[in-house]
Amino acid sequence: MSNVDIQIKNVHKVFQSDSGDVIALKDINLEIKDGQFVCLLGPSGCGKSTLLNAIAGFSLPSTGEIVVNGKKVTEPGPDRGMVFQEYALFPWMSVADNITFGLRIKKEDPTKIKNKLDELLKMLKLTEFANRYPKDLSGGMRQRVAIARVLALDSPIMLMDEPFGALDALTRRSLQDELLKVWSEYKKTIIFVTHSIEEAIYLADRIVVMSYRPGTVKKDIMVDMPRLRNPTSPEFNALKKELSGLVMAEQMRFEDAHMGVTTGD
Amino acid sequence: MAKKRDFISSIKGIWVPLIAVGIWELLVRVGFINPQVLPAPSAVLIRWWQYIIPMEAHDPATSSYFVWLFSGEFFGDMWASFHRVLIGCLIGTGLALPLGLLMGASTKVYDYFNPLVQVLRPIPPIAYIPLSILWFGLGNPPAVFLISLGAFFPVLMNTIVGVRSVDNIYIRAARNMGANPFVMFTQIILPAATPFILSGIRIGIGTGFICMIVAEMIAVNSGLGYRILEAREYFWSDKIIAGMFSIGILGLAIDMVVDRLNNYLLRWHRGLE
Repeated sequence: MSNVDIQIKNVHKVFQSDSGDVIALKDINLEIKDGQFVCLLGPSGCGKSTLLNAIAGFSLPSTGEIVVNGKKVTEPGPDRGMVFQEYALFPWMSVADNITFGLRIKKEDPTKIKNKLDELLKMLKLTEFANRYPKDLSGGMRQRVAIARVLALDSPIMLMDEPFGALDALTRRSLQDELLKVWSEYKKTIIFVTHSIEEAIYLADRIVVMSYRPGTVKKDIMVDMPRLRNPTSPEFNALKKELSGLVMAEQMRFEDAHMGVTTGD
Repeated sequence: MAKKRDFISSIKGIWVPLIAVGIWELLVRVGFINPQVLPAPSAVLIRWWQYIIPMEAHDPATSSYFVWLFSGEFFGDMWASFHRVLIGCLIGTGLALPLGLLMGASTKVYDYFNPLVQVLRPIPPIAYIPLSILWFGLGNPPAVFLISLGAFFPVLMNTIVGVRSVDNIYIRAARNMGANPFVMFTQIILPAATPFILSGIRIGIGTGFICMIVAEMIAVNSGLGYRILEAREYFWSDKIIAGMFSIGILGLAIDMVVDRLNNYLLRWHRGLE
């Protein structure tokens, strides 16, 4: 277990658009400790995905910096594996080839790759699908493959951009449990973007609530209920009520800003 | 269930051509149409058969039975035409593919080559006939040149579009996992662009096929295109029609093989979804 932490220092992000500049992120300061499960929570347009992309290195901050394990983020890299909402599996590769992609391009030893593959297939209950193509899999299965693909990289950090957003409620719950298992087994630091309050409470050690434009940290809450959490328990619901108030206030601001305007977000 | 339905469909599909051929035969037989203009289907069939069978009797001293069996004009022409299309399309695709990949991947290369491509592309390959004969004389070289030209532009254009329309999410995922530019190109962009590239190749073969027939009518003295033009000189309209159907069969066979190849290479693809 390595001692990796993520420091987000004075991060601002401005997007230029036809209707003027949009401040997507403003004054973001966060320190995320090794092994922490952090959920970024907020309505559409609050900059949570923007922040995640900045940590991933896909889109760097306009000012300020993000330091991962003492090193400033300047580009994407396998130390920060990303799981996308759209799965982003390579459709021309079998499940096994998708999972081992990161290892194969690093020219790892074939036996090591094989062992890692078998371990991950077993862990995520994918063994019998190893030779299938992604088109043959359901959404839930595809997202398992995407998680396995990132785990294969052995990156200490997993970035997850609304990974379960497109799944039905039951599949979603079972994947959440799967993810918690993976997280405790592999001791990853996870930054998980979601707009589901319940999902955030169910999963996270820490919930960072973000505000709608400009995206700032509105509230930073530690959740110390024991896992697996019971969504019907009084504490769960008390926290849910508190967070609903915060998030819905931002949702209202989002809706006001988009009155009569359809948004692609 | 599906099998039965397929069978019924194909039975239905037989009636229309059968009736058409019947009417055609009848019209010629009663003298409504001059057989010189449009010979009866029965005459075409007989002529076709003569075109297919060996011209000389089998002589075990000079050739094996198998070789003799395929020594008719038909097989010689089929092979000559197929051979030309194959070589022409291989050359055309072989040149278009690397250029298309470069033009699709690099805006710099695209900017350099695009004006030239846009000027040359609208010129039909057939318009190159005088120049190709001037450059290459008669025989196979001008024919192959025209066929490769016919295949070149469809493959080029589709490859450029294919590379350009690779979904950004794959690029992001691959970068995230540490792919260098070489890996990105060979393992992500190229396979992601194959559906476009293959449909370009298919169109290219179609154009190459047309060019093959035209080139054979002008530059060479073998092949299906040459044969039907030769038949016209003797007023063998039955042989012209037999030759045309032979061309159709060759085209269909090539298309079926390409279709098989497509399905194999795109077995991961979810089709139109």
